[in-house]
Amino acid sequence: MTRTVLVVDDSKLARMVVKSILAKTSGDWQIAEAANAREALDVLATKNVDIALIDFNMPDHDGLWLAEEIRAGNTDMPLALLSANAQDAILARARELDVGFVEKPLSEEALTAYLSGAALKLRRAGK
Amino acid sequence: MTADENNGDGNSGAPLLTELERDALTEVINIGVSRAAKNLSRMVKDQVHLSVPRTETMSRDQAVGWLSKRENSSLVAVGQDFRGSFSGQALLIFPEKTSLELVRSILDDTLSLEEIVDLEQEALAEIGNVVLNGCLVVMANMLKRSLDMSLPRVMRGSSQVVLLGAEEEDPGEMVLFLTIDFAVRARSINGYIALLMDLPSITAIKTLIREYLRGFEEN
Repeated sequence: MTRTVLVVDDSKLARMVVKSILAKTSGDWQIAEAANAREALDVLATKNVDIALIDFNMPDHDGLWLAEEIRAGNTDMPLALLSANAQDAILARARELDVGFVEKPLSEEALTAYLSGAALKLRRAGK
Repeated sequence: MTADENNGDGNSGAPLLTELERDALTEVINIGVSRAAKNLSRMVKDQVHLSVPRTETMSRDQAVGWLSKRENSSLVAVGQDFRGSFSGQALLIFPEKTSLELVRSILDDTLSLEEIVDLEQEALAEIGNVVLNGCLVVMANMLKRSLDMSLPRVMRGSSQVVLLGAEEEDPGEMVLFLTIDFAVRARSINGYIALLMDLPSITAIKTLIREYLRGFEEN
């Protein structure tokens, strides 16, 4: 089933890496992009997004701020932080928000494993 | 002044980074520093906050000016030189007044102030080693090159001492200057992680970044 994944990262390279992995592993999935948290909220307001992959360290608002904003309106969308910043406090807050964590540098295996789990969660929820 | 804006400065036509190359280099360093922050966080037992990295090309003198505008008190820095396909200097810099607090945060709470002062130099070198190595190793691995790292050295003094060093680097030399602010808010500790690379290294890193990007370029 085709899914739409929103990739939020201020780095174009980071977005390219995700797109390159998705093109290999889930070629029929759609990708939406945003370079910061505000842009991401605009995309979410206008597009049907199934899964969001969010960088942690971004200008103005970090990835956890964005995750909180998304969770306030959508309690079950699969969300994951993509970051090398795996500090305990950040991981704990991500867990509280039911946000996954995929460590950078991204590997195809780690991202695919997260996305497979997210797709399964959506299917179980009848979406 | 950014790397892109710095074209045509009469600097022997030095190759500078395109927007995408700079973005890619910033992202590689961001990943390295984030890993390093995880290490530092474990050491100080508190969350380490990081800013978004800044990547600019400027003279060493301008880098000194940038730092002294932000920090006018005496500084402490731990520096490590790295050599390989690209070379430069990595620095962990913080105001001297927060140095003891940083050291205290990684040592046993039962130590006296005198004992902490005795261990300060050694502890600072270890903190620098963990943070800077963490960052450089990730960079080297992502770009598939090895780097030789010098032992950490602790420096104290003004922005000039920290960034120009005892070897009296040419203040007019153009360098790639990358900085990230870090803060351990719970302990009122703040500072900077900085990387300086000279122009031959920018040429080398440009090639490596292009190779790295090739794997992800859109069709």
